[in-house]
Amino acid sequence: MARELMKGNIAIAEAAVRAGLQAYFGYPITPQTELLEYLSQRMVELGRIFLQAESEIAAINMVYGAASTGVRVMTSSSSPGISLMQEGFSYLAGAQLPCVVVDVMRGGPGLGNILPSQGDYFQVTRSAGHGDFHPIVLAPASVQEAIDFTVLAFDLAEQYRHLVMVVADGQIGQMMEPAELPSMREVQTVGPDWALTGARGRPKRLISSIYMLGEEGEAFNRQVQARLQLIKSREQRCFEYQTEDAELLVIGYGTAGRIAYTAVEAARAAGLKVGLLRPQTLWPFPEERISTLSDSIRACLVVEMNAGQMIDDVRLAIGGQVPVDFYGRMGGVVPMPDDILAAIEETYARMTVRVRA
Amino acid sequence: MVATLIPPIEMDVIYERPTALSPVHTHYCPGCTHGIAHRLLAECLDELGLREQTVLIAPVGCSVFIYNYFEVDSCVAPHGRAPAVATGVKRVLPDRIVVTYQGDGDLVSIGAGEVLHAAARGERITTVFINNAVYGMTGGQMAPTTLPGQKTTSSPAGRDIRMTGNPIRMSEVIAQLGGAVYVVRRSLHDVANIRKAKKAILTALKVQMAGLGFSLVELLSTCPTNWGMSPPEAMEWVERHMVPVFPLGDFKVTDAVKDL
Ligand SMILES: Cc1ncc(C[n+]2csc(CCOP(=O)(O)OP(=O)(O)O)c2C)c(N)n1
Ligand code: SF4
Repeated sequence: MARELMKGNIAIAEAAVRAGLQAYFGYPITPQTELLEYLSQRMVELGRIFLQAESEIAAINMVYGAASTGVRVMTSSSSPGISLMQEGFSYLAGAQLPCVVVDVMRGGPGLGNILPSQGDYFQVTRSAGHGDFHPIVLAPASVQEAIDFTVLAFDLAEQYRHLVMVVADGQIGQMMEPAELPSMREVQTVGPDWALTGARGRPKRLISSIYMLGEEGEAFNRQVQARLQLIKSREQRCFEYQTEDAELLVIGYGTAGRIAYTAVEAARAAGLKVGLLRPQTLWPFPEERISTLSDSIRACLVVEMNAGQMIDDVRLAIGGQVPVDFYGRMGGVVPMPDDILAAIEETYARMTVRVRA
Repeated sequence: MVATLIPPIEMDVIYERPTALSPVHTHYCPGCTHGIAHRLLAECLDELGLREQTVLIAPVGCSVFIYNYFEVDSCVAPHGRAPAVATGVKRVLPDRIVVTYQGDGDLVSIGAGEVLHAAARGERITTVFINNAVYGMTGGQMAPTTLPGQKTTSSPAGRDIRMTGNPIRMSEVIAQLGGAVYVVRRSLHDVANIRKAKKAILTALKVQMAGLGFSLVELLSTCPTNWGMSPPEAMEWVERHMVPVFPLGDFKVTDAVKDL
């Protein structure tokens, strides 16, 4: 299939359609709205389900209902809407239902603004709802990756019966780039053996997250944790650039990671031994690779479009082996490559001084 | 041995457990009308032959375990969200029967938004709404349906309407919405009313089978435990105190429903 010029939000929507999306429920919020608008036409055209809900709370509960029937279902929103959906995320996790959620992040806290941000890192990786669970979180850095990760999200959701989030910042949602869409997949017609369809000629089925006895609750939680452990061991993903001989490792994801790439290129051109690691999964965090690299690097610089959230995971992965610096912009400000390059040079200089001393 | 000596007598079956009802004991308190409402719903599902095509959405409240008592597929919704969950199920499975069963805290308080919008959209679902004027499961706190002056564990001096407002008559509100086609209030406090309640549930399910729109049956119910009454006292209290505030009647029956 040929590459076409596409806006991120539309590309995600069409990728979901081609991955076999059967039902979409959503609520308008910038910078995600084009996704909903596009599907309002496209899904209806294909005879699939589109419904604009009265709130994000209703939308995620419609997703929960539709997911209970075993179909491929998705919603999308931006940061404040994702906050409202947390109740539903927790119930989806508790009921082990697969679904895909797209978060096109904007500036916060509060109403904030509609500019690109990465302020939801904690929300999506740490506190996506009450109880012990993490969604699988995929973080694209281009329109092409947004497409690929949307398709991957549906597969992972089904494989693990788990909530998968595609977390892009407003920049990825709004920008246009040439990208290639996958071909149209067949929509599944046979549902899984836990799906609610009416108990015709079979025992009744239940979708629930209640475990009344402590022991029961713990046994269920053990099962969830075992699954998360399996996901952690198999699904860590990252993109690397010039890491083999790097002494300074820059770590950033999404738009911040992409701009950092340009800055690392410039640093290399200036003769600095700098490499980039761009996490593509935020949960599970690519800690194995970072931990391995921490044996050969001498310092690390984390770049985010927030006050420093992923840096906690980087520190855990590095385990105090090397110093970890931070460069971040907040409230919807996108860093320029020169800003990051200056931060790289600063960390590099400190690192060199430290080594001499 | 003695039994075999008695000749078999030809007997008519006048009472049977509906096949939609599971052969188990419920956890409801003595005198609680949740049990009666369950029985009525199960009889209606049986009579219409709907058991195998029904998906039941359980609320959060005393009836959260309703899935243990019905031989149908079920899904437990978050508190108040049953109509949104039901919407998700029904949109994917338009030829199945989707029923939500919700208390007054669930439906009138935390879930007021979800039920209003489901009704306004005319979702082809049926809601059985149990109004017992308190939050039963959490121990009898004030609900939006608590009567003026009624003592609850969170209005110990009696509900003061200047501070906490008046009871919400949700059925009357929902009846205003275009997508709602059958909205009625019945009571479970005596046999005659129980029979009327059953007829209403039957109609509501037929409305859904015919795809006419949103249907809701509100049932005035008891919570003897949290009201601090004996079961007979509670039945009497419904008639004496609840019915005047929540008048029984049909708030919306569209022509298409009358033609059923
Ligand atoms: C989000 C949320 N808030 C509060 C609760 C606690 N809670 C459980 S049941 C209930 C009230 C149920 O009352 P009602 O809907 O009237 O049903 P009843 O128990 O009287 O049948 C509340 C507040 C909860 N489970 N979830
Ligand atoms: S607490 Fe009230 S509503 Fe709940 S089971 Fe007991 S009597 Fe019924």
